[in-house]
Amino acid sequence: MSRVIVVGNGMVGYKFCEKLRSRSKEHEIIVYGEEPRPAYDRVHLSSYFSGSTAEDLLMAPVSWYVENNVELFTSELVIEVNRENKTVKTHTGKVDHYDYLVLATGSSAFVPTVEGVERHGVFVYRTIEDLNQIIDYGKKVKKAAVLGGGLLGLEAAKALLDLGLETHVIEFAPRLMPRQIDDTGSAVLAHKLSQLGITIHLNKNTKKIAGNGKLEGLEFTDGSSLAIEMLVISAGIRPRDELAKANSLKVNPRGGVMVDDHLRTSDESIFAIGEVAVHNNMVYGLVAPGYEMADIVARQIIGEPSKLFTGFDMSTKLKLIGVDVASFGDPFGEITPSIPIAFQDKRNGVYKRINISEDGKHLLGGILIGDASQYNIFHQMVVNKMPLPAQPESLIIGSPGKNEPEGAGVKSLPDTAQICSCENITKGDLVSQITEHGATTVDDLKKKTKACTGCGGCTPMVNDILKITLESLGHKVKKTLCEHFEYSRQELYDIIKVKGIKSYDVLLNSVGRGDGCEICKPAVASLLSSIWNELIAEQDTIQDTNDRYLANIQRGGTYSVVPRIAGGEITPGKLMAIGRIAQKYGLYTKITGGQRIDMFGARVDQLPEIWEELIAEGFESGHAYGKALRTIKSCVGSTWCRYGVQDSVSFAIFIEDRYKGLRAPHKLKGAVSGCIRECAEAQSKDFGIIATEKGWNLYVGGNGGARPQHAKLLVNDVDTETCVKLIDRFLMFYIKTADPLTRTATWLNKLEGGLDYLRDVIVNDSLGIGEELEMEMKELIANYHCEWKKVVENPELRERYKHFINDDEPDTTLAFVEMRDQKIPIDWHKK
Amino acid sequence: MNYELPMINSNNETPQMDLTNNISKDTDVKIWFKAARVEAFPENGGACVRYKDLQIAVFNFTRRNEWYACQNMCPHKMQMVLSRGMIGSHQGEPKIACPFHKRTFSLKTGECLNTDECAITVYPVRIENGYVHIGLTA
Repeated sequence: MSRVIVVGNGMVGYKFCEKLRSRSKEHEIIVYGEEPRPAYDRVHLSSYFSGSTAEDLLMAPVSWYVENNVELFTSELVIEVNRENKTVKTHTGKVDHYDYLVLATGSSAFVPTVEGVERHGVFVYRTIEDLNQIIDYGKKVKKAAVLGGGLLGLEAAKALLDLGLETHVIEFAPRLMPRQIDDTGSAVLAHKLSQLGITIHLNKNTKKIAGNGKLEGLEFTDGSSLAIEMLVISAGIRPRDELAKANSLKVNPRGGVMVDDHLRTSDESIFAIGEVAVHNNMVYGLVAPGYEMADIVARQIIGEPSKLFTGFDMSTKLKLIGVDVASFGDPFGEITPSIPIAFQDKRNGVYKRINISEDGKHLLGGILIGDASQYNIFHQMVVNKMPLPAQPESLIIGSPGKNEPEGAGVKSLPDTAQICSCENITKGDLVSQITEHGATTVDDLKKKTKACTGCGGCTPMVNDILKITLESLGHKVKKTLCEHFEYSRQELYDIIKVKGIKSYDVLLNSVGRGDGCEICKPAVASLLSSIWNELIAEQDTIQDTNDRYLANIQRGGTYSVVPRIAGGEITPGKLMAIGRIAQKYGLYTKITGGQRIDMFGARVDQLPEIWEELIAEGFESGHAYGKALRTIKSCVGSTWCRYGVQDSVSFAIFIEDRYKGLRAPHKLKGAVSGCIRECAEAQSKDFGIIATEKGWNLYVGGNGGARPQHAKLLVNDVDTETCVKLIDRFLMFYIKTADPLTRTATWLNKLEGGLDYLRDVIVNDSLGIGEELEMEMKELIANYHCEWKKVVENPELRERYKHFINDDEPDTTLAFVEMRDQKIPIDWHKK
Repeated sequence: MNYELPMINSNNETPQMDLTNNISKDTDVKIWFKAARVEAFPENGGACVRYKDLQIAVFNFTRRNEWYACQNMCPHKMQMVLSRGMIGSHQGEPKIACPFHKRTFSLKTGECLNTDECAITVYPVRIENGYVHIGLTA
């Protein structure tokens, strides 16, 4: 197998080793690094001044190189390449053979030729050794300056500030960060920095570094001067191309090794990546393009056909001395004709500029200072060439968010009742669309009124209003699922059961038409699992996204994870396990209303790993993602409570274990209270049990939400066995007959004959189906499986948990901010 | 996070973009990006493909033996999720429903079918030698 020598162990050189090793175990990888330590994170160098150690900054510990069979020589500088014999020679005289040579030598700080640059107290800002010298010297002085107001210069200024020095920044150009931001942006940033104690000097051309041996001050061409004791130069970078030059590889006259789209130098066996490479006249001083280059070269070396390097988007976002700074696309609007729209708020230190195309249709680029939370959105709008809204200024001015309602029984509502609070649509608005403007479907109503188009929480109510109003007009309303199925849910239940249909496709082929949609697919998926209870992951693309990934999608596109904690009872050991796992994956944790713990912010690719750990600790799926049994809440009951008359916790755990994983037309919640004080709030659940001296009272059909409704008493003072039997029947009857996405409360409200009829069927068995219902429930219970256990154990199913199908990286647009010591996603787009 | 060091050379060579339309026709295509093998995609469903910083949702309509592609971001709340949505048809028109709030978009025109949300970009797809190729204009 071939031998690959990497010259340079910086961030990009390290990334190359990682990429090559992940694709090939056979290739020999040998790395020569000039610095005394392995590759470290240069991006976060300034954190070295605020407490990070050199160890913290390492890209990977020394053991990584050993474990991955990467031979690393630190403090060893390659001084010669013999291209004919394919060998390198180091400064210790060692000669080593290569099949492929990868130059990742990076760059050094550019030091301008100014008189006095050799004086004591003048430093560059590039390596940890530089930082150590700056820290040592900084202890002896009080006033310091940075030469260069670019990105790295401002980072260096932050470092000086952290050392407790009076800090100045000297910039030749009329603005800070001249490559990334415009004059106004610079003014806002400078104002903010001056509040933090940094003095900014623009338009200053340094003529002389004055002093006598050691540094005493700077003299500028405009005749002014500044007394300082220490200077950090950060005026740009120079690619480290000396090795290439000495071996007559093609170099750019202004520095850097020339490479083609394959990152090959003028020698077939030699590649150059990172800041030392010049591609198409560009040096990329960012890590992201460097990593991309590393990946491309690794693929070529193992002989995998690779994409080409065709340039890289230079959009960038960072936090600079605590201030967000971002630029994206064409920040100055100079590449194509454009019109800028800008918002400036000096009081809060915020500046936002977007450049839109002349026809107003597309976003071309822009600048964000002080608040870069919209960076990802804007960057994506540019790369996707997405059409702009009619008032593009709304993108940077925005409007406050709105609340979201939920629906139930609408007959009794007045015409003035607000149904859709997102769009402020009343019941009267909807009714008049139906009676006067001929709307006959929910889609008609959505198009005409925008109801249901915000949060979607009003959809059930809009459905009900449509149905009631059409009926009142004398229309016969057949409850068909959607345009693909001419049947109601209950009819489909019977069809699936009688014909023994087990997949959506077979059902669509036999009794449906078209390709299905987002209404019938999850409805049928729910029916299939309510009837057969087979693994839903086998038909993942007909599931709603929560069921597809067995987790709850949250703002930003990450998921939350809820393990089952039956009855809300949990051992300290299991509590610690959840804590440990949440901490390991950096998850936001919160106690839910159902007495369990929700862990937010998991990336889709992390879900199987997180569940593997949870399962190892004895947890199983909580089905929080499904239209399924959620929790059985309990009060502590007679085991501890001085008032308790029955052991409500044990009963709640028994019930939750019995029905866990049960899928239904909508979510199901239950509760068990240990006495009449009702601390578990059982009367607000789909089924609630309250202990009496003689046994249990069973309530059904309650729910919380926007239209809370108390559950109704079905039977009183029954023994445990009877209570369970009646719940079996009740749940099964509901599952078989309810419309999609209908909670038990709404179902019971609409049931002809109401509670008396339900009691007849369930308790008195008036239809003679009691035993059948119990049998059906028994089969479902027997088929229970922890969906996550199945997925974790099945490599094929696990493989589906990734964001990109052609790349193992996670979604790079995910972004979080901190709140009360936990992470939350950045706010999403408001309209 | 990207982090930029000052550059000594700043020929900013951002590729020119076609701003006339959100639908690229086969004839406008400059690059056919070879995304992944056909079998990598779920049947009757979608997956997300990365091309540089661009996220593209690709959908395999196995029943129709057709493929479609569009931007992965839903324009409503600017979320990178369309590839995780459910595919289907609206009176024969192939569509995708966003998993967040169920806005649906035509995969032929990119138009929003159930609200007046702005349209999405759609891309042509070709299958060659068992690989899915996506047509890009820049």
